[in-house]
Amino acid sequence: MFVLIVGAGRVGSAVARWSLDQGNEVSVLDEDPLSQERLNRDQTTSWDDAGGMFTVGTALEVDALEAAGIERADVCIVCTDGDNTNLVVGQVAQRRFEVGRVIVRVLDPYRAEWYREQGLHTICPTQVAIEMLEEAVVSS
Amino acid sequence: MYIIVCGAGKVGWNLARELIDKGEEVTLIEGDRRRYLVVEQELEHAVQYGDATELWVLERAGIQRADLVIAVTGDDEDNILISQVAKEKYLVERIVARVNNPRNVDHFKLLGIHPVVSATDLILRLIEHEVPQYGLVHLLDLAEERLEIIELIVADDAVTAGKRINEVPLPDGSLIISILRGGEGFVPKSDTVIESGDEVLVVLDPGLEEEITRQFASQGAATGG
Repeated sequence: MFVLIVGAGRVGSAVARWSLDQGNEVSVLDEDPLSQERLNRDQTTSWDDAGGMFTVGTALEVDALEAAGIERADVCIVCTDGDNTNLVVGQVAQRRFEVGRVIVRVLDPYRAEWYREQGLHTICPTQVAIEMLEEAVVSS
Repeated sequence: MYIIVCGAGKVGWNLARELIDKGEEVTLIEGDRRRYLVVEQELEHAVQYGDATELWVLERAGIQRADLVIAVTGDDEDNILISQVAKEKYLVERIVARVNNPRNVDHFKLLGIHPVVSATDLILRLIEHEVPQYGLVHLLDLAEERLEIIELIVADDAVTAGKRINEVPLPDGSLIISILRGGEGFVPKSDTVIESGDEVLVVLDPGLEEEITRQFASQGAATGG
């Protein structure tokens, strides 16, 4: 599988590394060249040596998405630090590039919910945290 | 009419002020606290503090009863989100969105957001208007209504120079509505003679530009567009 990860923060870089270890072809797009270092952290082989791809570019720029290989992506995970950027890029991946599986990280539960209802696969870590905290309170 | 303006930058603030002066009911939303406090001194209750991409902020501003939402923040992704939510979730009838980076225009189109206003585009049009060697200037584009008005300069060796209006073979769906000559405009009659250097205003169906431009451009030059 070809997996494209847009945004290599804590979440993106960890998922990228995991995805590569699973034997996938993985490409990462991030606007900060330094974020490549995050991919190398605590690893014995560097991201490059392990066969990962890294592109420096802005997620909203179609050129950058294309350079990162969006046209042949089977999966696109969008997890930059901006909810709105993620929602736009996710829809571009889905509608313009017709990527089969698009997953979008959205921190705001309300936006995550509404876009989920519109057919976008959103994941909301905030909602997960809320539920875990509530459960922890009940079970303690 | 109830209008919500998102983003109190130079564009949003001035827009809100003008609309209020015209007697419209306006709420301006600004997410930067310091900017909000500055604007609030003038606009008072007409400006609200909050991130306009948060649904509850839009709801607090009364988006459910808005007739028009104008998204003019400095971030295209925010303008897209506001427009999309306004249109599809809150069923606001009219949306106007600002494009900051012209390269993002495709994203707005892809997601069905129109009309969009791009400052770069507007300035380019002004330049074309002031520096008319480009030959053709789009004065008005109503994509939805499929209507355009363009302005053309009649070249010295244009096929139409020296011809009467009724001799100009314009395609169906186009009409010469005005001629600007020597700084003055007039509505031509069928026997008005077109002179080189005239600025001709043509109303047309989209897609006819090339055919029309050919009538007024220099026969040697490539047509503009």
